[in-house]
Amino acid sequence: MTSTTLEPHFFRHESVRLVAALARVFGVQGLALAEDVAQEALARALEVWKVEGPPANPSGWLFATAKRLAIDALRRDRTARTYAPALARWLESEWTRSAELDAAFAPGALADDELRMMFTVCHPRLGEDAQVALVLQLCCGFSVPEIAAAFFASPAAIEKRLTRAKKTLAETRSLFELREADVVARLPSVHSAIYLLFNEGYHGASPESAVRDDLCGEALRLVSVLAEQPHAARPRTHALAALLFLHAARLPARVSPEGRLRSLFEQDRARWDAALVARGLAFLERSAEGEVVSEYHLEAAIAAQHATATSRAGTPWRAIVTLYDALYAMRPSPVVALSRAVAIAEVDGPARGLAELRAIEGRERLASYPFYEAALGELSLRAGEGDAARGHFERAASLARSDMELAFFRARVAACGRTGDDDGCAEPSQAARTIETSPVRTGRSRTLRSS
Amino acid sequence: MSQFVFLYRNGEKMSPETMQLQMGKWVAWLKALGEKGLLVSAGQPLERSGRLVSGAKRTVTDGLFTEAKDVIGGYSLVEARDLDHAVELSMGCPIYDVGGGVEIRPTLSM
Repeated sequence: MTSTTLEPHFFRHESVRLVAALARVFGVQGLALAEDVAQEALARALEVWKVEGPPANPSGWLFATAKRLAIDALRRDRTARTYAPALARWLESEWTRSAELDAAFAPGALADDELRMMFTVCHPRLGEDAQVALVLQLCCGFSVPEIAAAFFASPAAIEKRLTRAKKTLAETRSLFELREADVVARLPSVHSAIYLLFNEGYHGASPESAVRDDLCGEALRLVSVLAEQPHAARPRTHALAALLFLHAARLPARVSPEGRLRSLFEQDRARWDAALVARGLAFLERSAEGEVVSEYHLEAAIAAQHATATSRAGTPWRAIVTLYDALYAMRPSPVVALSRAVAIAEVDGPARGLAELRAIEGRERLASYPFYEAALGELSLRAGEGDAARGHFERAASLARSDMELAFFRARVAACGRTGDDDGCAEPSQAARTIETSPVRTGRSRTLRSS
Repeated sequence: MSQFVFLYRNGEKMSPETMQLQMGKWVAWLKALGEKGLLVSAGQPLERSGRLVSGAKRTVTDGLFTEAKDVIGGYSLVEARDLDHAVELSMGCPIYDVGGGVEIRPTLSM
């Protein structure tokens, strides 16, 4: 038995690489077959490695196995007929086939394969939900039940969404080619899918789920790959990367060691990931090359202000309000307005903040969003309106999407009973949580998007 | 002590994450059996395809068991005091976590 240990998520990441390489062999019509072959290669790995342990080069083992299985699949008549248009070139001659197969499985081809897949599934004919589901399956290696857990949907519904999306892709007849003009044209869709992927992980309905943490990690991985691609390495890509890295840096502090949700103000800033902050700031610097200021630039700039502030008092709230003004002008959504109102309260006091909250245009679309009620609660509490605050927190609790959120809002309800308590228990932690929440849209509030 | 064959019957299709988890558990479980001196042979994984030859006419049929739950995917040879002990030893087998099973068959000793 060898003593090779596998990286965390080795199987999942290899499945992505295998599917991407196999998609080159089977074409966009053969995505399901590519997935089957990848699954089979991984299943074989499990069977052999569970007895013998993984070999010295587990990735090489998998790719050799997948290649062999791909050739078997190509030899099966049934397969050739089903995928004939895409496969004709592979079947012309034995020699060509193996040379092209070698090319498809060459190590250098892999980064491009992954990117090709990312751009392929972000096809404009597909809706955003379909794109994100495909990204999760084909670019992140999650299974249908795992995706269903992340979306809070039934596996059957996800399966249907994926099947329909793949059918649409198959009609497009070809995989995306990484030509500069095409890359630039499709880049916004890819950005958007990665952004939503991160959101699902960051604000998803069940923060307890292990899959959710992985979603953020995947979004960071994909945006990093994107930033390495010459045609895709543009200011907007760097701004998105900055935004995601800066938010991810705060993830370790979002839940206390006892499993309690922590607002931005309650977070132990020492637990923020300094390495991720540094990478985020480096991306932010690179995003300044060029004249574009995108919404990602603004969101990243806000996240940078938070990430570099040493305390709540030391946070440049006025600058943050200005950034939110600019962001709102670009993306006038109620969620952005909510965050802006909370920042205004930090500068001009709770009464001003409450007035802003109550004047949000389209606030009826925040009706099922617990953090709108929670922000009203926090600012009411700070304005000395304990009873009103309690009502808001109770409504927030009734809208909670997870046990962790519920516990958090209940604690805020309890805090309302202790008005006059001056030890800081009634600090506006929820308002801060909203600040932290809002720059990135929540999974549910995707329907709130105005763009 | 007697020898028992553990026949592993496959469970549901696994996600890559689950596979990785399974692998770690299998390695640990087999290692623990080995350290107790109860693992005669860890066995070999079986291909899911093969041929079935049967009857006086030696009829040959193709056996392709892809994706089939309950198909035997491998075996081990284990030493145990009796059937109950063998059953107890199987309890830690990771295959149960993914809806699979272990068929425990005593070997006949002459």
